[in-house]
Amino acid sequence: MNAAPRIVAALAAGLIFGLGLSLSGMLDPTRVRGFLDVTGAWDPSLAFVLGGAVGVAGAGYALARRLPHPAFDTDFELPTKRRIDRPLVAGAALFGIGWGLSGFCPGPAVAALSTGALPVAVFVAAMLVGMAAQHRFARYP
Amino acid sequence: MNTSVSGLAGGALIGLSVALLMLLNGRIAGISGLVAGLGRSRGTRWLVDLAFVAGLIAGPPLFAYATGAWPEMHIIASLPVLALAGLLVGFGTRLGSGCTSGHGVAGLARLSTRSLAAVLVFLASGMLTVALLRVLA
Repeated sequence: MNAAPRIVAALAAGLIFGLGLSLSGMLDPTRVRGFLDVTGAWDPSLAFVLGGAVGVAGAGYALARRLPHPAFDTDFELPTKRRIDRPLVAGAALFGIGWGLSGFCPGPAVAALSTGALPVAVFVAAMLVGMAAQHRFARYP
Repeated sequence: MNTSVSGLAGGALIGLSVALLMLLNGRIAGISGLVAGLGRSRGTRWLVDLAFVAGLIAGPPLFAYATGAWPEMHIIASLPVLALAGLLVGFGTRLGSGCTSGHGVAGLARLSTRSLAAVLVFLASGMLTVALLRVLA
């Protein structure tokens, strides 16, 4: 199948994602910290970001379930794991610690590379090292 | 604009992106997985994923061009803390098969209990970390 439509679709989806992050406030680690700061100056407004995102994505996924295949590819590629296992819980716990320490999760950090800020580059470089380390040393894919 | 309104609108755009990537390309928009995949995949898949990440990086400048102002970004952590946090986020999201986008948005939109568990754990862990930082400060 011709790859060009898929590349253009991915580029457009990435742009929309980056615009959404920019508008939502998720690029600001101080806001994210405030969202996680339930015992202090809690700012719950970022819950609206998750609500809006899950609502629209849920509608899109409901539509996808009625289609035989995606517009530009042969199959929907969906996760097959169902079990809530130790790697899932341990990984999510470690991710949460890093998220709380920095106020960055992967999407906003990668998008914020375009600001040219050194701290963002340091975070993303370390994140890539962490990803490579997990791939290299862990027993789980 | 009120932060709740801009949050909801920004979230809706994120959801639209996640929906489009599934409807058009059949793929889950999980940023940690897509970024990690760039180090391993080859050929068309690599190009497609690179296009998504390039679009993601181009998002904030396009936002700045359209609105006349860059998105707010106030980084609190020091460089060593950011490096440690980056390591934890990279290792943790791969071990746990996803981050805020893959589990938080796409997973919850698919009504995946595995993703719901991951979201509850990383929210709790993040909140506990910030609470501890507050105690130590």
